[in-house]
Amino acid sequence: MAGNTETDMLKIKNLHASVEGKEILKGINLEVNPGEVHAIMGPNGSGKSTLASVIAGNEDFEVTDGTIELEGEELNELAPEERAHQGVFLSFQYPVEIPGVTVTNFMKTAINETRKARGLEEMPANEMLKKIREKSELLEIDRKFLSRSLNEGFSGGEKKRNEIFQMAMMEPKLAILDETDSGLDIDALKVVANGVNRLKTPQNATIVITHYQRLLDYIVPDHVHVLLNGKIVKSGGKELALELEEKGYDWIKQEAAV
Amino acid sequence: MAYTEEELKKELETKEYEYGFYTDIESDTFPVGLNEDIVRAISKKKEEPEWMTDWRLEAFRVWKEMEEPEWANVKYKKPDFQAISYYSAPSKKPKYDSLDEVDPELLDTFKKLGISLDEQKKLAGVAVDVVMDSVSVATTFKKTLAEKGIIFCSISEAIREYPELVKKYIGTVVPRKDNFYAALNSAVFSDGSFCYIPKGVRCPMELSTYFRINQAGTGQFERTLVIADEGSYVSYLEGCTAPMRDENQLHAAVVELIALDDAEIKYSTVQNWFPGDKEGKGGVFNFVTKRGICETNAKISWTQVETGSAVTWKYPSCVLKGDNSIGEFYSIAVTNNYQQADTGTKMIHLGRNTKSTIISKGISAGKSQNSYRGLVQINGRAENARNFSQCDSLLMGNECGAHTFPYIEAKNKTAQIEHEATTSKIGEDQIFYCNQRGIDTEKAIALIVNGFSKEVLNKLPMEFAVEAQKLLEISLEGSVG
Repeated sequence: MAGNTETDMLKIKNLHASVEGKEILKGINLEVNPGEVHAIMGPNGSGKSTLASVIAGNEDFEVTDGTIELEGEELNELAPEERAHQGVFLSFQYPVEIPGVTVTNFMKTAINETRKARGLEEMPANEMLKKIREKSELLEIDRKFLSRSLNEGFSGGEKKRNEIFQMAMMEPKLAILDETDSGLDIDALKVVANGVNRLKTPQNATIVITHYQRLLDYIVPDHVHVLLNGKIVKSGGKELALELEEKGYDWIKQEAAV
Repeated sequence: MAYTEEELKKELETKEYEYGFYTDIESDTFPVGLNEDIVRAISKKKEEPEWMTDWRLEAFRVWKEMEEPEWANVKYKKPDFQAISYYSAPSKKPKYDSLDEVDPELLDTFKKLGISLDEQKKLAGVAVDVVMDSVSVATTFKKTLAEKGIIFCSISEAIREYPELVKKYIGTVVPRKDNFYAALNSAVFSDGSFCYIPKGVRCPMELSTYFRINQAGTGQFERTLVIADEGSYVSYLEGCTAPMRDENQLHAAVVELIALDDAEIKYSTVQNWFPGDKEGKGGVFNFVTKRGICETNAKISWTQVETGSAVTWKYPSCVLKGDNSIGEFYSIAVTNNYQQADTGTKMIHLGRNTKSTIISKGISAGKSQNSYRGLVQINGRAENARNFSQCDSLLMGNECGAHTFPYIEAKNKTAQIEHEATTSKIGEDQIFYCNQRGIDTEKAIALIVNGFSKEVLNKLPMEFAVEAQKLLEISLEGSVG
């Protein structure tokens, strides 16, 4: 492996992906290093959520060209659960409901399946309990909430908070937050952002996908990328997000068209 | 791996039926065919008193005049009732005083069933009566139960030893002419279980019966009679398996429950008869009549997990005769491949302040058809009767069907009847969500199905619940189990 790729957490090269024959991603290049927070912004329909789904391995999308590597290992051929076992976590924009399966039971299954795939024993019950207690406190989650059916009847804010709780439990290397701010009021947004910040370590990385700059006031990115029509057309520091907030996307569209 | 319809189909292909072994035990089997002589011969073989022989013959005469019902939402080739042998018993049969005397092959069968009697004996708390083919071969724990005055034995033994009890109650809840299969059963039933709980006694252990069809070309017609005397309580478990065979096997049982004043009966079934192969060949025809009667303040709960049989026709019901009596029906019915199930319940409210609850969970996969059929009937005298029904269907894939046929008849204005129904599909988005959390598709389906069935699984006694969960996974998945 070449020297400069060794430090990469995620390396995406010339990624093309389509759904039902329609190309959505048209050559994405992106490198994310451990300890970094990247924000991906862009107008509706630019391919942000598609990028998140493709990294997670959703096969509704067909990868027609390019590679995705996590710590130098190519992910392209791996099933979604195998990518999860490698440490990829996706916080869903629209978390699904699974009636009758409690949050606790779901997390227990997810953690133990992942441990099994990594050749580890099941997590002992007391350790699991301790972890649940710790992480639910971090995200200010009422314990009663954990015995409810997964996402069933949850408010928008509860669903998103639950996603971040799961992220805290799974301790991924790479977390992708897909529109985590949508549907959150300002207080919930602060709690979620606070949780994400506290889960940050020099060893893991986060990609924040968002439409608005608002979330980036609380989760401060090292890099901001603008996605337009399936391509990253502009990258910069956190000030780029502010500029977008102020001027909208039109000027970038014009710049990109040149 | 993505989860496409194609892959789901593969995922759901039948796992080899786990209980499909055949025990090579010499059997004493009657020639095929049915006439009065066969009925007499069965009765004679069982050393029955004359009144029982006459009772059977009357049933046979009624049956001859009846037509096989066609209203259920199932299609199958009608069995040729003259091509079936109506009696088959392990020939080295008879009474075993201890397990040492039991044919070792038979013991081996029990072990494969996961109910080795050795273990069962140690596993205090469960008394088992095993009905294999037609004869009840062993009942454990008889002594412990006898100390409390509880009678738990084969129905044949009960007819000989406790004729007055049998005579008083048999056919009172399911009359001989009730329906085609009940009439047939009444004529030819070869064995089954009998249970009597005396006044005020709480049965200290779960009573359990295992039914198994073994011999080819035989039908199984067991008859179960449970009597809970005033103020008593019993929990009864019933399990069923059959070996794999190309031809269809017929099973037509009758279960009668009698809950006298203030008594409670919990009756749980895990039915796993051979469902046929994935082309729909073979499998058991399961045509069962189960009904219980509740006197004043009595309660009957039916809980069933139905994963087997090629065709199921079954409606465990409650006649709420006494005031303040309660009837409950909790059901999970799983159909896969070419299985067909038409199952549900009847809640007949006769007494005042009677209450019934129906929770039905139907899961259909493959090319199967799964129907819920239920009747809630509130009669004129039943002041303040209440019913709550909930019927949920879960579909897997695009080729199966789920149907709900609720019938409601209310003849009293004070009745309160609620009916809720939902139909859902396991979505690709649910599977992907689980996958993303490191849970593979097979495990994800198991998780979703268990979640869907939870309200009913929770009603099963502990040891049965574990088995039932395992069965759900086996029935629906490629390799979990």
